[in-house]
Amino acid sequence: MLDRLFRIFVTTGGIILIWAMITWATDLPRFILPGPLLVFETWFAKFHIIWPHLITTLSEILLGLLFGILAGGLSALVISVHQGVKRWVLPVLIASQAIPVFAIAPLLVLWFDYGMTSKVVMATLIIYFPVTVGFLDGLNRTSSDWSNMAGIMQAGSSQSSALKMWRLYRFIKIPFALPSLASGIRVATAVAPIGAVVGEWVGSSSGLGYLMLHANGRMQTDLLFAALLTLTLVSISLYYLINYLLVTFLNWQSEQETLS
Amino acid sequence: MVVDDTTSRLNMATSVSLGGTPLGLTLDLSSLEYDGDVILENLHLQLRPGQFTCLLGPSGVGKTSILKLIAGTLSLKNRYSLETSDGAPLTGRVAYMDQKDLLLPWVTALENVTIGDRLRGLKPDYDKARALLKEVGLEGAEDKKPGALSGGMRQRVALARTLMEDAPLILLDEPFSALDAISRHNLQSLTADKLSDRTVLMITHDPLEALRLGGEVMVLSGHPASLTKIEGLPPATPREATDPSLHTSYTEILSLLQGAGDIDA
Repeated sequence: MLDRLFRIFVTTGGIILIWAMITWATDLPRFILPGPLLVFETWFAKFHIIWPHLITTLSEILLGLLFGILAGGLSALVISVHQGVKRWVLPVLIASQAIPVFAIAPLLVLWFDYGMTSKVVMATLIIYFPVTVGFLDGLNRTSSDWSNMAGIMQAGSSQSSALKMWRLYRFIKIPFALPSLASGIRVATAVAPIGAVVGEWVGSSSGLGYLMLHANGRMQTDLLFAALLTLTLVSISLYYLINYLLVTFLNWQSEQETLS
Repeated sequence: MVVDDTTSRLNMATSVSLGGTPLGLTLDLSSLEYDGDVILENLHLQLRPGQFTCLLGPSGVGKTSILKLIAGTLSLKNRYSLETSDGAPLTGRVAYMDQKDLLLPWVTALENVTIGDRLRGLKPDYDKARALLKEVGLEGAEDKKPGALSGGMRQRVALARTLMEDAPLILLDEPFSALDAISRHNLQSLTADKLSDRTVLMITHDPLEALRLGGEVMVLSGHPASLTKIEGLPPATPREATDPSLHTSYTEILSLLQGAGDIDA
């Protein structure tokens, strides 16, 4: 762990050093490439400006994650229970991934207005697919030996077949699929900020994406970098937080089997 | 009622009381085919109540299909009949133990043993499950997950889970084939002990295993396969593998199996 922290520290430190040397050697104007020191200065000095935008973007990401995971999880369950639905819906789902989210962002802003809703929808759309596919894959990979065993155990029981099915999912299929769901959520967490920020670029009055456009328009490149730095930190912390939660609560596999 | 309850609890303290009257079963199968190839034809298999029956045969001969037919996980239309000795349907009165332990890796041994009740929506009897785990020699391992147990211990948990089902008919599909020699020997003795008064049908590849455990030993061989019953076995089980009277039976089984060797090759 300490070893890993040290390596991260050295690599990022190295990149910042190269960055500083480039700005020093080329003497580029600060509105083209501000030096790292200037960016950090701006970050501290203008944090009170960045803060509310950070809250907006973070809320969009978290709400998107919430809705995306709920919708994706439910879809995977429905598709898994009714394999007939799968043949109709899965091709459409996969085809929908060919449409770049960037292309429908203007539509979403048009339909859901400039506020947070359009960005949450955007993030939800991006998150939905990896969660659905990950969870569905886990549900479908459950060994038929287990299903047969459950079938023998449930045979002759007076409960309805829907209840039998539910208990098969509750005790065997869903727990088995949780690590796959966790992988899906991990991917979703990594891409969720993209959805929110792209939504903000298309049209908004708040959020880190908005702040970046705004600063860019006024040649405040140092503020743009500060916003970018904030977004990066948020994305990384969110990823590690979610990863930690997943490893703690959703994974029954040993830890070395999971990406960390 | 109250008195009954107390008595059963007292019994439980010494040994878990299991099952009612053992069940007999007759399977008649006119034909079983895979891709037009007839594997089994005119098969008549009788399981006597309380008898431990071993079914031997080379792989691909259709042993597992017979087991699955009885378990109800394989269905053929109109080509077989299952008759129980009490005339009631077999559904829900079978327990099945596979060569894989099929334990759920995310729950403890105790919860694995009680999975049947939870799948049926009943409140699990944890006292009984603990007692069964103790009987299969796993006292203290109740709260361990399968990943922390050895192959032999895992199969012991699977045996406890099978016993927990408390079914009149128990089907064993090569339950010890994945174990090392010592664990296999120990588990064979344990199984013979725990299932002594049950109707059991066990499939195996191993003639010695069949001769140790089987009150009745049958060999399925040929193409299409037919059943041969091995006669003249000493009654008591588990038998010692060194028993010289088993030698002729062993030779007989081997020659029956080798006669069908071309299928296995």
